[in-house]
Amino acid sequence: MLSYSSLYILDMALMGMGIYALIAKRHIIKKIIGIVTMEYAINLFLILVGYRMGGIAPIQDAQVSAVDLAARAVDPLPQALVLTSIVIGLGTLALMASQAIKLYEKYKTFDMSEINRLRG
Amino acid sequence: MEHYRISSDYFRANYIGGAIVIAIFHVLIAFMIIGSAIAIETKNMLSAVIAVGAVGFGVSLLFLFLGAPDIAITQVIVEILSLIILIRATTFADNRAIERKIDSFATITGLFFLGFFVMAAVWAFRDITPFGEPLMTVSQRYLSGASAETGAVNVVASVILDYRAYDTLGEAMVLFTSVLGAFVILRRRGKKAVEENDTEEFGIITGRGE
Amino acid sequence: MDVKELSQDKSLGMTIIVKTISRLVMSFVILFGCYITVYGHITPGGGFAGGVIVAIAYVLLLLAFGKQIALSKLSNFWASMWDNIGALAFVIIGFLGLTGGYFFLNFINHGTPGQLISGGIIPLCNISIAIKVGAALYAIFIGLSVYGRLVTEEEK
Repeated sequence: MLSYSSLYILDMALMGMGIYALIAKRHIIKKIIGIVTMEYAINLFLILVGYRMGGIAPIQDAQVSAVDLAARAVDPLPQALVLTSIVIGLGTLALMASQAIKLYEKYKTFDMSEINRLRG
Repeated sequence: MEHYRISSDYFRANYIGGAIVIAIFHVLIAFMIIGSAIAIETKNMLSAVIAVGAVGFGVSLLFLFLGAPDIAITQVIVEILSLIILIRATTFADNRAIERKIDSFATITGLFFLGFFVMAAVWAFRDITPFGEPLMTVSQRYLSGASAETGAVNVVASVILDYRAYDTLGEAMVLFTSVLGAFVILRRRGKKAVEENDTEEFGIITGRGE
Repeated sequence: MDVKELSQDKSLGMTIIVKTISRLVMSFVILFGCYITVYGHITPGGGFAGGVIVAIAYVLLLLAFGKQIALSKLSNFWASMWDNIGALAFVIIGFLGLTGGYFFLNFINHGTPGQLISGGIIPLCNISIAIKVGAALYAIFIGLSVYGRLVTEEEK
């Protein structure tokens, strides 16, 4: 089963890259890209945990009855959480982008170390 | 409540199909990792934003293969709007990510935390349920009772709007607050021409332009 | 109403190819968003995806034709009003469930699963969420593209 849990490790490597971009880069938009990458990695992890091998989507139609769904469908609860999380991520991105625009208009640069140094 | 676990016979019977599916997952996640490496490291900001878009579409494809079509539709649409917002924030201004001095302390700290995080993940995931066998203790009730108790055929819709509607209310509140915050931040300050109208409605905040 | 003159002005918005195509396509995009919203309890989709699709249609109008025409079609005041109406409708549906027992009780008749009219409050909640999300994202985009740029142009 070791090859199956390597998907989790690769996903956590993606999140680690997001953390690296947030810490090590000085351009504000790179930091925003780091946060967006972390969001992708976390949403993907939640859906990966809920996956069932050979599973079908949790929608009931003429061929699949409710008892069939309980035996064959993937987990619907992480999907509900991730649906909310994706839209909240969009709202967060809009807020971060508006802050970046305002910082550029005031300081004329995107470089965080320069903005730290200027006063007033 | 009994746990429904896939028996190992089911695994072995579908082994070839399962192996192809797992290989597709690995290829897609590798594509996402390469795409985000390009997005983080490149010097041209427009290329970085386009690479983020590519990673987002890769995530959406992976959601579709993982049996979540609801999430795949939402991810594609949200990705399109994120691309528009990011392009607005970057390419109307300085288009290059200039790093004049190499800041070695930040780079080493970042790489250290990346390695530490992956090591902690490897150590913590020894106890997680194996991939492909979810526990599903509460979801059994949601899956078998959704169409009888709520009348909706889409189980995910009945989960977010009937069984857990309060969480959806919280999410609507978060979106409302983020729009409010964006308007407060983007409020215009500065000198205006004399002949312009002084009272200006900013939508959610009705205030006088200063 | 000089919308027709404004839409043929070459200095506002994008080229004439983009304007023609977006004029043809925009109503289909709104129709698709309404379809994804209203059928959200039968097929995948729901209120969030449908709302963002409708917001994208109006953002297309804003990008292709310029801010004067877009603000005349859906002004800032009305975007905020629709946002409030959607949020209030969602909360009122929740409070109406208190008549039957608890908050967000599904109090409308369930119907037969698989039909369009089924699922109780779920289609109504989908529609109100779609209105709220669509108006809110359009308002954010107006703030980002219209109000964010005017200061730098005035300073020159």
